[in-house]
Amino acid sequence: MSTTPTKETWSEIVVRVLKANDVKLVTYVPDNVLLPLIKLLHADPYFTVMTPAREEEAVAIVAGAYMAGMRGITLMQTSGFATIPNALASLVCPFQIPLVMMVSERGTLGEFQQGQAMVCRTMRPVLQSLGVEHFAIQQLDQVEFVVDGMIKQAFSTQAPAAIILSPLLTKRVAA
Amino acid sequence: MSHDNAKSRDQVKTMNRSGLTRLLVSKLKAQEAVVGGIGNTNFDLWASGQRPENFYMLGSMGMATPIALGVAVAQPNRKVFALDGDGSILMQLGSLGTVAAAAQKNLAIIIWDNGLYQITGSQQTLTSKGTDLVAMAKGAGIAQSYWASDEKHFEALVENILSNDGPWFIAARIDGEKPAGTTERDPVKIRLNFMNGLSAVKP
Repeated sequence: MSTTPTKETWSEIVVRVLKANDVKLVTYVPDNVLLPLIKLLHADPYFTVMTPAREEEAVAIVAGAYMAGMRGITLMQTSGFATIPNALASLVCPFQIPLVMMVSERGTLGEFQQGQAMVCRTMRPVLQSLGVEHFAIQQLDQVEFVVDGMIKQAFSTQAPAAIILSPLLTKRVAA
Repeated sequence: MSHDNAKSRDQVKTMNRSGLTRLLVSKLKAQEAVVGGIGNTNFDLWASGQRPENFYMLGSMGMATPIALGVAVAQPNRKVFALDGDGSILMQLGSLGTVAAAAQKNLAIIIWDNGLYQITGSQQTLTSKGTDLVAMAKGAGIAQSYWASDEKHFEALVENILSNDGPWFIAARIDGEKPAGTTERDPVKIRLNFMNGLSAVKP
């Protein structure tokens, strides 16, 4: 009798790590790649999930909640990230708010829309120029270590962080 | 208040931002949080006395309401006010729908509307050309959205906010007078004072 253990998916690991780090508030603007995570978050009463109209709002809600004592994370796609540099540069960075972002990377490794490919190329230069810690997760076995480490570092160093979900993690069929 | 509440922008008295800010602050007795948007809104909040429960936003125009919403979500037993100008809220009208959808009981948005981008040389905003912010807030789903007819009515609205559930949206027409001071621009100091004021343990 042998049983095949069911492997935890990336989204299940993220949910577990968020809980372990007391990250209760989630704000997001939807994205197809993030859908499995979004479904799990809505289904879990541990999380307060808010769906504002724009990514800037999603950032500011988490920033406000942090200052009032509640940890949060904001989820978005690469094109959404391109709408928030002013909120990062004038709110999050100068006020030293540990905003944790999870960005699903679209526009590379098989993109079919030129606009998505071009906006994707703006993300890392913006993160670098603002000095925002970022890392792209490519493999399932990196998810727990990277998400946990980046959340902990953000809150202990009082600095924002961008956890990027590479298509290598979210689109590649497991070998 | 029912008949006073049925007004539109062109039917209400033009008041003064410094005066109304001081009137609002004088009513706050329960450590209510106030998030001041950028520019003259911020400067007049600063000039009204630096309460530790005040947050002074610098840059990030339009973000006062979502910041206040985040504060309100994290501390549901504290009343939270977002103060902002017409030019600022016009940049982030979706946030009115977000507030309505969240049905955040402890949140009130107060907008000073002089129809001007006053700080950049008094260019006209859309409210000078017919956009009615109270109608927009109502349309976004904030049922308790009102124009303040005059100072007395503004005071009554604030009292109502303090003793009843929101969300609320109040707009006041104001003049083009200069603010009564200038905020000290030290972001980390502002954040730490605010977090101490809210007794927020570093999460």
